[in-house]
Amino acid sequence: MKYQPITVSELNTYIKGKIEEDAFLEQVLVKGEISNFKHHYTGHMYFTLKDENCLIKCVMFKTYTNTLNFVPKDGAKVMVLGKVSVFERDGVYQIYVRAMQQEGIGDLYAEYEKLKARLEQEGLFAQEHKKKIPLVPKCIGVLTSNTGAVIRDIINVATRRNPNVYIKLLPVPVQGTGAAQKIVAGIQTMNEQQLADVIILARGGGSLEDLWPFNEEIVARAIYASKIPIISAVGHETDFTIADFVADLRAPTPSAAAELAVPNVAEMKQKIAIQNNRCKQALKKELQYMQLRYEKCMSSKCFQAPLQKINEYRMILDMHVKQIENSIQKSWQQAKTEMLKNITRLDALSPLKTLTRGYAIVQTKQNEVIKSVKQLKTGEEVQLLLEDGKKNAKIL
Amino acid sequence: MEEMSFEQAMKNLEQIAQELESGNLNLEESLAKFEEGMQLSKKCNEILENAEKKITILLEKEGKLEEENFVLNNNENQD
Repeated sequence: MKYQPITVSELNTYIKGKIEEDAFLEQVLVKGEISNFKHHYTGHMYFTLKDENCLIKCVMFKTYTNTLNFVPKDGAKVMVLGKVSVFERDGVYQIYVRAMQQEGIGDLYAEYEKLKARLEQEGLFAQEHKKKIPLVPKCIGVLTSNTGAVIRDIINVATRRNPNVYIKLLPVPVQGTGAAQKIVAGIQTMNEQQLADVIILARGGGSLEDLWPFNEEIVARAIYASKIPIISAVGHETDFTIADFVADLRAPTPSAAAELAVPNVAEMKQKIAIQNNRCKQALKKELQYMQLRYEKCMSSKCFQAPLQKINEYRMILDMHVKQIENSIQKSWQQAKTEMLKNITRLDALSPLKTLTRGYAIVQTKQNEVIKSVKQLKTGEEVQLLLEDGKKNAKIL
Repeated sequence: MEEMSFEQAMKNLEQIAQELESGNLNLEESLAKFEEGMQLSKKCNEILENAEKKITILLEKEGKLEEENFVLNNNENQD
């Protein structure tokens, strides 16, 4: 008898074919507890699903993991939907998971949806009510657990952005019974004592139950009532809690919350420098423009040769003065000529002229001219006016 | 000016820069605005620089909150 062994590969391929023929195994819904959970860096999830007695390997490829509304972890009770097939290399059959849900989540989820709808209706999520996050808060209040990665991430990111950041941590439990009340009290304390300019309310990822305090109505109302702006950062990017909807700003992660709350000082300084520079450039331009205008003015004729015009006027003035002088001179000359003419005429008519020819004028002592002998009495003294003077005489 | 927030100071500074750039001011106004702008940028820088690094934890002691320095324990597990 001749043995005709087949290879392991052939066997596994055969088994795989058999299993894949089965319509039932094409789509199964299985419940169980997660153990040995591995989130591979490629994004695929590897885990086993078990109950009290048995277990089965499961794989959930990256393409499907982004539909998850929770973060799977060991011990979580879940329901998976997928097909059963064989991984030939390892000779194992496993569930290729397409979807996964937390078990018992149904009630909580319904409650969440109901509360969300009610609060939304009431206006707690209204955009108008959201407060502005200050650009440069003096103090950042953090409400979270004082242990774990959340506070560390926040401190790391915050100090990187602003080396002089002021953070006040008000530790609160972020899961379990009583956590919601403590969170509410924390928000109220921050407000009453004015402890911060902005609050970060943060928690790391977890199951819907873990995040539940952030879905409670009292927390939502405390956030709504807070006078201090609140940034929420609860769970992972895909987790949306009621707190996220009410908060003034929702950050996908605690690190992101720190980024939103703390300004990047270096960037801010650069922004200030840009504005500062704008002012300087504008003023410089203005001054240059003024300088140009000034220079243009100064290059005009009146400033270049300021006396020219004056000298021109001075010349004109001199000319006028000369003219006036001339005309005065001329009329004075005319008058003089006229006068001389008159004097000559007068001279010709003067009686004195007659005297030069030997005539004399007889006058009384009172200088009256005697024209008739009748005016004269014997012995009277008279004056004889001759060409070269006067002499007294007596009538005989 | 003491109570002005960073936002306000920054906004005013931007506005002044714009006004100066518009060239609608006379020289006196320009100089006054420039002066104001320089003070605002100084103020902004001061707001950023005048803080001192402080990381504290608020702990309730006998019904009163007390502020203490908070030191991160770096040995904690990452989660």
